[in-house]
Formats: sequence, structure tokens, C-alpha cells
Amino acid sequence: MSTPVLQVRGLTTRFRTDRGELTAVDDVSFDVGRGETVAIVGESGSGKSVTALSILRLIPSPPGRIAAGEVIFENRNLLELDNASIRDIRGNKIAMIFQEPMSSLNPSLTVGIQVAEPINEHRRTPWAAALEKAAELISRVRIPDAQSRLASFPHQYSGGMRQRIMIAMSLGCAPSLIIADEPTTALDVTVQAQILDLLKQITQESGTALMLITHDLGVVARYADRVIVMYGGRIVETAPARELYKKPRHPYTVGLLTSVPRLDGDTRRRLIPIDGQPPDLARLPAGCAFAPRCRAAVARCHHERPKLEPVSPTHQKACFANAELVVQ
Amino acid sequence: MQNSLSSEVRADARVSATDEVLRVSDLKVHFPIMSGVLFKHEIATVKAVDGVSFALNRGETLGLVGESGCGKSTTGLAVLRMLTPTAGRILFEGADIAKHDAAAMRAVRRRMQMVYQDPYGSLNPRMTVRDIILEPLEVHGLADDRAAARARVDELLRLVGLLPDMADRYPHEFSGGQRQRIGIARALALEPTLIVCDEPVSALDVSIQAQVVNLFMDLQERLGLTYLFIAHDLAVVRHISDRIAVMYLGRIVEIARRDELYARPLHPYTQALLAAVPVADPEVEAARPRMIVTGEVPSALRPPPGCRFHTRCPSAMPVCKTIDPELTDLSNGRAVACHLHAPVRG
Repeated sequence: MSTPVLQVRGLTTRFRTDRGELTAVDDVSFDVGRGETVAIVGESGSGKSVTALSILRLIPSPPGRIAAGEVIFENRNLLELDNASIRDIRGNKIAMIFQEPMSSLNPSLTVGIQVAEPINEHRRTPWAAALEKAAELISRVRIPDAQSRLASFPHQYSGGMRQRIMIAMSLGCAPSLIIADEPTTALDVTVQAQILDLLKQITQESGTALMLITHDLGVVARYADRVIVMYGGRIVETAPARELYKKPRHPYTVGLLTSVPRLDGDTRRRLIPIDGQPPDLARLPAGCAFAPRCRAAVARCHHERPKLEPVSPTHQKACFANAELVVQ
Repeated sequence: MQNSLSSEVRADARVSATDEVLRVSDLKVHFPIMSGVLFKHEIATVKAVDGVSFALNRGETLGLVGESGCGKSTTGLAVLRMLTPTAGRILFEGADIAKHDAAAMRAVRRRMQMVYQDPYGSLNPRMTVRDIILEPLEVHGLADDRAAARARVDELLRLVGLLPDMADRYPHEFSGGQRQRIGIARALALEPTLIVCDEPVSALDVSIQAQVVNLFMDLQERLGLTYLFIAHDLAVVRHISDRIAVMYLGRIVEIARRDELYARPLHPYTQALLAAVPVADPEVEAARPRMIVTGEVPSALRPPPGCRFHTRCPSAMPVCKTIDPELTDLSNGRAVACHLHAPVRG
């Protein structure tokens, strides 16, 4: 196996709040392979977005700070780079696509300039040539009439088209990793399918790795090669997508899969909700963060933190409970 | 008042239960777009809802689905007369309320209530949970007996799975799922027949959605409630609805019983919508045929002529560009507005 494009080791990000410092991301480690699509799934407060922002050092500080860990990309620890060097990586070798395209695009600059800017900035390509490249990228994300679109402004586009522009922008410098944080959550379902299909196809063609952050288990099933499930700032389970859905081993993953209605599910079956509330990061329990809601919890779960341990060479979980009991 | 919620009374209501609670006929809600400073004049019209008809029986759930801008929320608001319809009839328990004035509506509103999407925006942060739930009772003069009203709040809180001692807390002390339960308790306070639920679980975390979906279903069974359930999540709608109406640009394009609609969608838009929703199973996904419609929903300001979906429809025929297909009844309570299924005669 070739070296992964990204290695995250022991990443820990904390935020200072009125109620004391809370740990949004707690000792998170994972790899993203070349050309691989890795989904990070979790609910609000699970730490999935903070993980993504920490990788690119986009955590607002204060109140946030990356307290520990390493993010290895092309043999360098991104957390140790000076500001100029990390800027040289962002939008160049690692691109990011956010949930709300309207707030990620500059409303007063033409679409052409915004798509061409990273090419001009990072590749030192003259503007004329960068704009030509931008037209190419805009037609690559299947916006018709690309050449004349260069002079248009973001407000002239619909939500789906803006997200296409964001994708075009991310592709400018041929990144080896694209981080997409809930890229289609604000879009309608038919448009979501168009955008994610496009993103998947383009990353496959160019061998770009994709880190897809989402709460939607359907999206994960359709697009991801591997899945990382986060809860309360920690990874609770990780496995290849097929294995995770077929043999989930962590009670939280099992709970998610049985609580969400499926388009092809049995409608007579009652949904089995996960009891209780998502954890309050300022008051996490001493043991496993999921223990208070867990049906399989044993005494040990409440005072000791389970480590992420292998169940198979490709599958890891952080849970003390008997896996057979969990899956039932 | 408390006794009226007892299961026997409600069980009776459910036995005599096949009557029609709501019949909406040719409902239109148009919003004028005005221009000019001194001489305001209408420059265009957004036809948010443009000829919608459906009926809803007691104890039934009709799911109303579609993408943003299709008019599903406007339909819900018009049914409750929180918007004045431009045209059409809204028969609620036999009386046409489309033209009721405010006083006449007040009497009807007791029996039709709403649960909103945003459990953060729909509860007054300065009121305790007790006051929030009491407010509809006070408005309708049903809270004069303070002790009974207190007991009623406790009962409602228990009914939605909260504890009576939470009544003196404020909304910010609750999680999203709990707030949605408070919103449901408030809607139930007046013992309505019909509840319009507008995206009631879409703001909640996935692990919490199931709790609220189950609560809606339990309450329906216990109280014989009728739901108009508006949502964009087709899996949630499928789980909770008996029948489903699919809307596109202000129209219903297909309406059918739940299992038929999902097993055999007839309208190309319904097919596209269902195909676009991923199933949470990688093996099923890998084997599923993919049908992706192109483009996005056109502006409701200038809907396409003919069938409104023809600009995105993979099966569009020449006739679709000129003639607007009517919602035509097929067998089994199913109706479709598509030239493929109801060819133009003559």
C-alpha cells in the first residue's frame, strides 16, 4: 500500500467557553489514502467539522486551539508550518468546499476571477491564462456556456450552480485532497445527487482523495469507500463502508442505522430511537461519551475510556461491550 | 377537560373514523410582486400554490413532499388560514373556511394546529414551558380554572414524554428534541382534529429524529389525530404517511397510497426524486439504477409553459411543452398529472 495522502495522529482541539475549556476533538487519528473517499459521519457536536478545520488550521484562535497532535501531509506536519506555508497548502494541495456556497464566494467579484484566483496565486499563472483555465474548469463542472459565465456574479446563480463553482474553484491547482464539509446539506435532493455525483466522478478521474463530512448515512453509503464515525469528539468506529453497514460493531453506529428510516425499510417496524440526548461537550462523562445512552453499556464503560482497537485488520471500534450483544 | 383525553373517548372517535376532515379544492395562493414608490403596481405574480386539490380522512396522515419552492409549506399555511388563499375551497370538517374572517377563524383554529420546523425559533424564550403550553388555552378562554389548567399542562407534558416538573423551566434549558416535544404539547393543548406539521424533524439530529417520529405516530394512535405532514425527507415521510402527495412548482404532480407510490412511482418527477435519495446501505446503492434529472427547479415567477417539469423531464414529449397535464385519477385512489399516464384525448 502506498503512503496515505494524509495522516492525522492524536489530533486534539479545544475551545475556551464560559463554562470552561471543552475538547471538541479528542485524540483523533486516521489516514486518508490516495484517491480514497473517506466519510466522517456524526451529529452536531461530534467534532467532524472541527476535525476538518483543524487539518487546515482554520480554527479561530482564540477561543480555539489545537492542543495536540500531528497532521502529516507530504511529509510535513501541517500543525508546525508557519502561516505563509500553510496558506500555500490551502486551496492548492488541499482544497475545501463548505456547506453554504453563498458565504464562501465573494459577492462582489466575478465568478471567473474567483475560480482563477487560486491558479494565479499558487501557480503564478498570469491572469489571462488563469481565466482561460477557469473557463475550462467551469465547463468541467458542467456549467454550460463557460466562457461567457466568467463575467457573471455569484448572486446570478442558484444554490446548486454556486456549489459547482466552488467545486471548479477547488480543482484549479489539482489538489491531492478535497475536504467537503456537508457540501450538499443546503441543497435539494435532486441537486444533491447531481453535485455529489459530479464530485465523486471528478475525484475518481483525477485520483484526488475526498474527505466527505456529513450526517447523512445514505450519502455515506452511496459515495464513501471508508467511514469514520465520530461521537462526542472521538472516533468510535471506522471501517470500509460495506463492512460498517453490514457488521456495525459500536452501539452508536448500530443505533444510527436502526433509528433512521430507510427508503426501502419495513414500514411496519417501529424506529428504534437512541435514547437521551447528544452529549454536552463541557460535561462529558469520565468514561465512554456514549455510555449514558448505550443499551449495551457495562459498569466499566462509565468510568473508563475505551480505546480505538481493531476488530479486524480494516475495522476498528472503541467499545468495551460484547460486540455480539450489540448487534443482536 | 382532562377526562376528554381519556383513551375511551378517543377510541370512540376512532371507530367512527372514516369521515373526511379536510378537502382542499383548486387552492391557489399567489403573491403579487409590487414595484413603484408613489404608484405601487403589481409587476409580477409568484404562483406559490397554483391549483392544489386533496382530501384527508380522520386519523390519516398525508405526506406532502417536494423540493424547496414547490409550495408545500404555503399549502400548509393556507390550510390553517395563516395565509389568505387567492382562490379555491378549504373544507374543514364540512365548512368552507377559505373565506372565513378572523372571528370565524378563531372558533375553527381550536381544531387545527401547527407544529413548526424550528424548535428554537417557535418557542418564546421569555416564557416558561407552562406559559407556552397554557397560552392557547388562555386565548380560547379555557384556562379560567387555574388548578385544572395546571393539571392539563402536566398531563400534556407527560403525553409528549416530558416530566411535569419541567414546566417551570425556560426553552433554552431544553435540547432540540425536547423543544419539539414542547411545541407538540402546545399544539395538542386545544385537542385539535388536524395538525399541520411543517418539517417537524428536519432541524433535529438524526439520533433524535426517530424519537419525535415515534411520538407523532403514538399520539396519532392514542388521540386519533389527522396529520398533514410536510417534509422534504422522503424516507421519514414514507415511514409516517398513509398517503403521499408530491408537489412541483405549485402543483401536485402525483398522489397515491404510500406503498404504491414508493414501489411504483408513475410521474417522472416522483421517479427522479426517489432515485436521488440514497439508501443507507452500500450494497443496495451499488445495485440501484441511477436516474439523475438535470438542472434545478425553475423560478416560480416564470414557470415553464405546458407541464412545469418538462424542462427537466427525461421522458418529455412535444405535447408536454404546450399542454399542461391535469391531475387525473387512475385506479386505487391514485392520481397523476402526466401525459405519459393520461394521454390527451381528441
